Amino acid sequence: MNNKTVGVIGAGTIGSGVAQDLAQNGIKTIVVDVSQAALDTARNKIRQNIRLYKLYNKTKPIGNADEIMELLTFTTDYKELEEASFVIENITENWEAKKEVYKRIDEICPENTMFAVNSSCISITRVGSVTKRPSQILGMHFMNPVPIKPVVEVIRGFHTSAETIKAAEELLKHMQKEAIIINDMPGFVSNRLMTFMINEAAFLVQEQVAAVEDIDRLIKTSYGHKMGPLETADLIGVDTILYSMEVLYESFNDSKFRPCPLLKKMVDAGQLGRKSGKGFYTYSKELIY
Amino acid sequence: MEDNKQKIQAFIYEILNNMVVSDDQDIFELGVVNSLFAMQIVLFVEKEFGICFQDNDLDLENFNSINNINNFIGKKKNIIAC
Repeated sequence: MNNKTVGVIGAGTIGSGVAQDLAQNGIKTIVVDVSQAALDTARNKIRQNIRLYKLYNKTKPIGNADEIMELLTFTTDYKELEEASFVIENITENWEAKKEVYKRIDEICPENTMFAVNSSCISITRVGSVTKRPSQILGMHFMNPVPIKPVVEVIRGFHTSAETIKAAEELLKHMQKEAIIINDMPGFVSNRLMTFMINEAAFLVQEQVAAVEDIDRLIKTSYGHKMGPLETADLIGVDTILYSMEVLYESFNDSKFRPCPLLKKMVDAGQLGRKSGKGFYTYSKELIY
Repeated sequence: MEDNKQKIQAFIYEILNNMVVSDDQDIFELGVVNSLFAMQIVLFVEKEFGICFQDNDLDLENFNSINNINNFIGKKKNIIAC
């Protein structure tokens, strides 16, 4: 794996985390983003996060920060991906935007390069359909913060080959992560269950069955979850949860996925969670995580 | 030392959404914030008190309560300045 080069498209929070994780594990990584400012921010954030990584992993030494940074290339030029044997794409969850990226890298990358869609909701099979290599496309749903999460939800599209799944498993193993392989269906497993639970928690608030704090406390203390569903909604963003629910509702055409009207009302009112200072809870300070 | 402690208390209360906790309370055990907030605390302490923590300092136990943070700053303050 050490002689392999991995491309990472998108230098946002998740893309930066993936790039950091790859480099920490000795893999040469090319980070591509259309915005130079985003790349500069990512470079600084990765350097800082490599240092702070030691807070969470005393037992897993990761080496010198300068050497890790040397494995990372930051560029706005997609053409640099022609060296990559594996590309992990992490841009925004927008079909039109993703479609353009895949058409572009399908032209640039060698024909044996495999593409991983890092998404929590976009159909892997549909991404495959806009390229000439549907058997070499799969989903990799990384969780935030990527370097300290030990598991990745790996999604097998309709045409994804066994070789592609095997290559993904090997890459993840090299990153010291376990791949849990599932089949392509809207929302996959983690997002479908998590969004559904948050939506139902919002209904409980709307119907005044219980107070926000009590719902979260019940789930945390009863089921051992680290965060309650409504805290999670605030962390992810109420607008993102609403969008995920709308995607599920449209995809399945099943009323069980109807978005809770309270979520819509909160989004209209600008109550988006931590990022806006108010969601189900009120926040007095902007936090990194 | 007491001045430092007040600054730390103000920051921690703010992180905990104005929840007031005892100085010895392990804030990560409260279930209000998870251990990822430790990064936030480390960055705050470095900036506020002009300390650059070294690799060996980055242990969650040094940052998990108001008293632990304060004691650790006391130990480090005169050794490594940024």
